[in-house]
Formats: sequence, structure tokens, C-alpha cells
Amino acid sequence: MKTFEYARAASPSDAVRRSGPGVMYLGGGTNLVDLMRLGVAQPDHLVDVSRLPLDAIEQAGDRLRIGAAVRNSDLAADPLVRARYPMLARAVLSGASGQVRNMATVAGNLLQRTRCAYFQDVSRPCNKRRPGSGCPAIDGDHENLAVLGRSDACVATHPSDMAVALAALDAEVHVTGPGGDRIIPMPGLHRLPGDAPERDTVLEPGDLITAVELPPPPPGASAYRKVRERASFAFALVSIAAVLDVRDGAVAGCRVALGGVAHAPWRAGRAEQAIIGGPATGEAFLAAAEAELDEARPLPRNAFKVPLARNLIVRTLEELTP
Amino acid sequence: MNRVEARVKVTGLATYAAEYPVEGVTYAYPVQSRIAKGRVTRVDASRALTMPGVLGVLSVEDPPELAEDADGELALFQSRDVAYRGQLIAVAVADTYENARAAADAVRVSYEPADHDVGLRADHPGLYRPEVVNPDYPADTERGDVEAGLAEAAATIDVTYTTPVEHNNPMEPHAALALWDGDGRLLVYDSTQGTSSDRETIAKTLGLPASHVRVVSRHVGGGFGCKGSTRPHAVLAALAARAVGRPVKVALTRQQMFDVTGYRTPTIQRLRLGADADGRLTALEHVAYEQSSTLVEFAEQTATPARVMYATPALRTAHRLVRLDVATPSWMRAPGECPGMYALESAMDELAYAAGLDPVELRVRNDPETEPESGLPFSSRNLVGCLREGARRFGWDRRDPEPGVRREGEWLVGTGVAASSYPARRRPSKAAATVRDGDFHVQVAAADIGTGARTALTRIAAETLGVAPDRVHVELGDSDLPDAPVAGGSMGTASWGSAVVRACEELMKNGSEGHADTTGEIATDSRLARHAFGAQFAEVRVSEVTGEVRVSRLLGVFAAGHIVDAKLARSQFIGGMTMGLGMALMEETHTDEEFGGFLRRDLAQYHVPACADVQHIEVVWLDEQDERLNPMGSKGIGEIGIVGTAAAIGNAVHHATGLRVRNLPITPAKILMARF
Repeated sequence: MKTFEYARAASPSDAVRRSGPGVMYLGGGTNLVDLMRLGVAQPDHLVDVSRLPLDAIEQAGDRLRIGAAVRNSDLAADPLVRARYPMLARAVLSGASGQVRNMATVAGNLLQRTRCAYFQDVSRPCNKRRPGSGCPAIDGDHENLAVLGRSDACVATHPSDMAVALAALDAEVHVTGPGGDRIIPMPGLHRLPGDAPERDTVLEPGDLITAVELPPPPPGASAYRKVRERASFAFALVSIAAVLDVRDGAVAGCRVALGGVAHAPWRAGRAEQAIIGGPATGEAFLAAAEAELDEARPLPRNAFKVPLARNLIVRTLEELTP
Repeated sequence: MNRVEARVKVTGLATYAAEYPVEGVTYAYPVQSRIAKGRVTRVDASRALTMPGVLGVLSVEDPPELAEDADGELALFQSRDVAYRGQLIAVAVADTYENARAAADAVRVSYEPADHDVGLRADHPGLYRPEVVNPDYPADTERGDVEAGLAEAAATIDVTYTTPVEHNNPMEPHAALALWDGDGRLLVYDSTQGTSSDRETIAKTLGLPASHVRVVSRHVGGGFGCKGSTRPHAVLAALAARAVGRPVKVALTRQQMFDVTGYRTPTIQRLRLGADADGRLTALEHVAYEQSSTLVEFAEQTATPARVMYATPALRTAHRLVRLDVATPSWMRAPGECPGMYALESAMDELAYAAGLDPVELRVRNDPETEPESGLPFSSRNLVGCLREGARRFGWDRRDPEPGVRREGEWLVGTGVAASSYPARRRPSKAAATVRDGDFHVQVAAADIGTGARTALTRIAAETLGVAPDRVHVELGDSDLPDAPVAGGSMGTASWGSAVVRACEELMKNGSEGHADTTGEIATDSRLARHAFGAQFAEVRVSEVTGEVRVSRLLGVFAAGHIVDAKLARSQFIGGMTMGLGMALMEETHTDEEFGGFLRRDLAQYHVPACADVQHIEVVWLDEQDERLNPMGSKGIGEIGIVGTAAAIGNAVHHATGLRVRNLPITPAKILMARF
């Protein structure tokens, strides 16, 4: 591990002031410290933002504001979250382990890096870690990697469960930075790899996530389901966050976001559009799922994710149908 | 009886190899090859040597002195040839672990790479028949006419199974702390399954008399075979300590463990079986294809269970090996029996379906009178008893054999059975027993790698002496104690326990002390086939939506002689079956075809079962009296638990879905691509 300096930020603006080349913000450290030990992340300075007063979950009118430093365990256990956004609590609880969730923060969860085997191994090429070095996953170990929105430069997936639920909930990410404050609507925080896979998100250098704000929960029933070969403590092969509002047999509202399929939480807008206004039937859900997955470009060893995502969309929406 | 070292373990006082407080200790961090084949043309340590705290860099540029006949994996820095990616090619030594690692990163290695070949194939032109398979079985056997047997069979199957590279992954990473004294004597605190054999190997590798080396290993955080033989980290610590004149500690990272501490060879196994109209075998052929490195031949005995399991007039077993540009595979959790019985017991299930017979009944009908290959009588064999008892407890008689017809919502439900088997060997061991201050002190260089050996030996000694266990104190894990064989091959308790019983018996005769060496006793053991047997039953649920497989019930019934300690035995059986569940559904190391070496080298990517995967697990054993094994009448139980589990689960997946997934692990990907 490269030697680094450590400092605690006194306030969000102090943290931003300390930002600069070679500086990284430290939250719970559950991913960043691993990456530093692996040599993947090599910051000169760590600015600890985990103790900033950003650890509250507050009602703001009919919205819910979740501080960036709220620990994942606290988020999942929060009575307001459980009552109004049970899908979010479920998504958080399906991730990692109890010990990791006790440490991990909301912002850190959003900004965790891919678990692609090549990205995490500095002795092998990776366009995300070392731009231009190549992507061996495309011809190699890509079983767990992306089928949607991938590029020839990168087939990594974003590993978060929480982010998938946030994408379905139209969450807004509050950011402060050298350029001032801004709000980024999910799933717009994360970007597709294109020819710049080294950039996971649209954040600019020095940007600090301060909160995630949830609009009122969408009407209807919701669910989060995660598929994995090990029953616990495993990243999703594919996961789904879905909301379905059926009135008089017709779909009034539908939201679907997928995890484990792309470089970002994948909001299945095409499927949603196909479903809204139509009948809440398995045939309609299947047609919508197939429309969404039409643009999937699987690799030889992750082709299973296409039928898996299709089945998951159909079954989850069927279960949400009253 | 609780584990005698339970308190020191749960309070953190148990000292593991890397934890011994040693004054002036320094740290070594290895440099690993980044090519899979070729030559190291230059190791440039000039920058590393100027870094803070750095005491030295060892490499092939100035090869350390080692015995010329050192094992290929232990002959560190002797050759410029690279045998596999990840091989240790240099080491940096510094005052702190961090400085050593930084220096290792700063060592510049130049290579002359060559084309590598890391892929095992059943049609590989380099395949050959090894002289023997681990430890010393013939590679091939043939009795009767397999082709004729298949030709006359009423039902036949011809199927190929594969198992992937798997890694042992004990919780405690390999570590060693080496100290030389002024007289050229070496003390190594090592994480090992056997201090006597580790001392021998380290001494031989360094060209020292064994009397100049001492290995201490009082507590070991699991081994599962990968600490059964000396690993390069121990030699690395000794060489580095000799070079810098200070004690040196080496603690491998999880990733380094994947590279240099052994693994289970991938296997390709072809099974051809035939049965007559009554379900009696007419032929059984088991051919296993496996890999080893270019450095050392390790040939896993994968097809040997077929020589033990079933009566057949025609039996052929064969092993073919290819030497690839990979690390040397080694012992892992029931080498041979575990992958071999996965294939054989899956094939028996397929044959049961082909013959229209119940899978329990098929096994019962083919239970042999004597060991099929050798013709030797069994010391005891209760496979049929295990199958019958397991069937009764599991509710097997209510099973509808039709596959793919039971459903709970989206979950398809099925059950499967498989047999377990593991040899019941023992090896010569020494032990000593003395009386001091009214207590009994037993010494033997055994290893407790988490199994509870210390506790089992305490109990064996107490029962022999006729005293309460709390008056017996067992000292183990030190090569200065009476020589003992490795904790492996499920023969630790049988070997050490025999010596402990004899030492205690002598003590009782003379009232003060007893010394035992069972070499002579074991040499006169009668020629018998000695094996433990078992039957495992699994119930699985397979999602037709996601392809996920969840094991809702596991039952193991074992016949393993006298069970020395019920609590320890239950833990061992359950542990083995849980590892078998991992083998069935998740464990897999990926070989990197492009760059060589392994991928997914950590526990976030190499999945072993979590508690949530083990929903209901039950273990029972049959009372088995077998006087001809050893003074305890015990059979080893360290490994039989894993043997057969994967087949039982795979057979249950077939029963649930109608699908035969013949390539482990059985993942959602394979289920989805085959079915949906």
C-alpha cells in the first residue's frame, strides 16, 4: 500500500477545500481501503468525510433526505424508510454482510467500484484502472459482467444493490463541489463506459455527495429481488427493483430498474413505457421485458443474464400484480 | 467434552504462526512472476535496495544456497525458468511489512516470455499415464472385459463430468516466522498440518540435518490439505532470515495463497457403466484426466473409489495427466475420493434412471462381498446400512422417481442420494506419556488444525489410563515432540491415537512413563480393505425463474468405526458436507487462459458457503465395531463428509428439474442456459 496522509474534514466545505489531485474522500472504507491494499487506488491524501454531520435521515415535507454518511445498517433499519420505501430497505439488506453494512455509508455505497476480477488485479490490464491498457474480460472472465450498455472498452458492472432501488425511486443525489452545489437525478449519477470507462460517474473532481433525497414513494406495490448462487454475501448476478401500480386491471404506473447488468443501475425505461397503460398480464410483461432486452449484447459466458433478467422482470411484476 | 483449547481460542490467546512475539523481527514480501512461461532475464533490485528499512532482496541474480534435489516448488530462486504465473521469483526483506511490500513492488523484473498452455483438455496431446497416483496407487487397473460387459448390458451410460480448479482456503493464511541461532540451527513457527514432516522437508531443502531444524505449530486455522506439505513461504522465511541475519516473518496474502499453496486439479472424468436387467453391474470404467505443473508431478487418485465401491465383473480405472504451465496441484479436502465420487455417484444415479431402478436399491444390489479391485475382505463395510438408515430417516420411500414434477410456486423440488467412502488408514507414530504432580502428560508431534485433535487425544489417553480427561495434558504441534505423521488423509487420530494408547499402556505398566513407536505394530497389520462408508441425502429447490439452487435438507449417515468424540465428529461431518455443498453449487477458481495464473483470487469472488446456504443439516452415524483397525476401533472422519455431497445435490437437481448438469459448480447460469 502506498503511503498516504489522512485528515478529517471539519465540514463539507472544508472537505471540498481539501480536494485536489491525489485526494480521495473516505467514507466507511469498506471498498476504498480494500482497493488501496490491492494497489488499485493509490491516493496521496485521504480526507475522511465519514464523521461529517451528514448522518441524519430527515423528513422534508413529503420527501425524505438521507445524509451521505448514514451507515447502510442504519438506513435499512430506519422506521421511515421501512414504512415508506421498503424496497430500499430490502435492497440495502441484500447487500454485503452485517459487518460491512455497519461500516459502509450511503455515498460510499453509490461510489463503490466494480468487482471485475481484472480491475482488482493490478498485474493485469484493465481500461478502467489503466486507460488504454485493454479489456481482457471481453475474451476472458466476464460471467458476472455487463450485458447492457457495455462498450468495447469495458464490460464492468456496478455492484450496488442500494443504487438500483434508488434508481427506481427517482432519487436525487445532492452534491457539493468546487463548482458549487447541484442535484443529480438517479440513475444519472452513474454513466455507461463508452470510451472512458475510468469514469464511473458524472461527478467532477472534488465533488462530494452530501445527501440522497427521495421523492414521495410512487403509488403501487414494490419489490427488490436479488439473484445469486450463494444465498448471502454475494454480488447480484441480476437484481431488480420494481414498482407496479394497477388500477382497474390496467397499469397506471410502473418502474423497473436492474442491477448486475450494466455499468450503471439500469432503469428499464423501454419496458416501463410498454407496460404503462396496458393490461397487467404476464404476456404484456414478457413483451415489455423482451423489448428492453432487445438491445442486450451478451458475451459468450454471460448470455444467461438475458433470460435471467427477462424472467425476473416478468415474475416480479406478476407478483406485484394485485 | 469441550475442546481443551476452547478458552484460549475464544479469548484470542491462542498463538498462530504469525503471532509469536520475536525481538528484532523483520518481514519478507515476495515478488511473483507476471508471465506464465519463459525466463527471467534480469531482476533489478537497485531501487528497492535504496528504499527505507530495506534489508535485502533475494532472487535468481544471486541464488541462495539450497539442496540440489529440492522439490521444484521449494527450490526458490535457483532457476531463471518460469513455470507458472504467480511463481515466487524474488523476495524483499525490510523492517516492516509495509516497507517490505513497497520494496517488492519496486523490484523490476525483465522476462523473456514464451507461449504458455494452461488449459486442461481430454484430447491434449501431452496426456500420459503417470507411474502412480497419490499417494502410491497404480495409475491404471483393469480386470475383466469392460467392452464385453457393456455390450451385454441391459442398460448403459457413457457420461463425462468435469470439476473446476478449487482452492482449499483455510481461514488462516499461510505464515512462517524463521529464526536462526548462532550455531546454524533453525526454528520455524509455521502454519502446518505436520511439524515432523515439515521439519524434514525444510531441512532437506536447506541441506541441513533434520536435527538442526525445529518446527512449532501449536494452533492452525484450518488446512484442508494445503498445509499438509511444506509450502514456499516457509522456505522463503528461512532463506530471508539467513540472508539478513535477523528473524523473518512471512504472511501470505489471500491472493498469494491462491498462487502458491496448492489447489485441486480440475478433472474431466468419463464414466461408462453397464447393468443387467436386475440392475447388477456388468462393467464399470472410470477414466480421469487431470493436470500438474512442469515442476512436480502430482497425480490425483480420482478414479480410485471405483476400485472400492461396487461389485462388477469388469472394472477398468485409468488416470491421464498433462503437465501445463500452472502451479502444482496438491491435496485438497479428500483428494481423489471427493472429485472421483462426485462423478461415480452421479453416474450411478444416471444408471439407476437408465435401468429403471431406485438409486438406493441400485447401490444395495451392487454392494460387493470383497473389495472389487484387490479382492481383499473388508475390515467392516456398512454402506448398505447407511443407505437403509438414511432412506428411512429422509423419507425416501415416499419419493416419486419422476424428475421435474414437484413444485412449490416457482421452486422445483427434488431429492438425491449418493454414497460416501474414504480409506481408513494409519501410519507409524511415536508418542510419550509421563506422570508429573499427579497429572498425565502426553506428547506427540500431532497437529490440531481446528479438528479438535488435542481434545480427541486427551480423551483417548484418559480412557486408556482410566482417569478423568482434566488430568490429562496433551502437548502437540512441535517437531521436538515424538515424531508423528501429518494431519491428513483422515488418519491423524488413528495414527497418533494408536501411539498414545500404547504409550499410556506402558506408563500403566511401569507407573512413571511410557514411550511408543507403532512402526512395528502397523507393519504387522493384517491385509484388509479398510474404509469408512456413508450415505448422503439432499433435498434441493431450484427456481425456474432464476436457476438458483437452494439446499433445503442435507442428511449424512456414516459408518466410521468407533466415534471417539461425538461433538467433534458431528462438527467434522457437518463441515465436510458444507464444503461439499460449496463444491456442488459455487466453488470455482478461474484459470486465466490469456495471461496464465488464476482469477478471482479472494473470498469475495471465490465463494464458499455462507450460513444462509445451510438450511437444515443432519448427521448420524451407525455404531460400528471394528477391532482390526487400531486400538480405538476408529476410522478417520476428517474427509468422508465431503465425499458424495456434490453428487447427492447434483442428483437432487436432476430430480427437481430433469436436467443433468455435469459440470461443477451447478450455477444459475448453467441451469438457465440448459432449461430456459
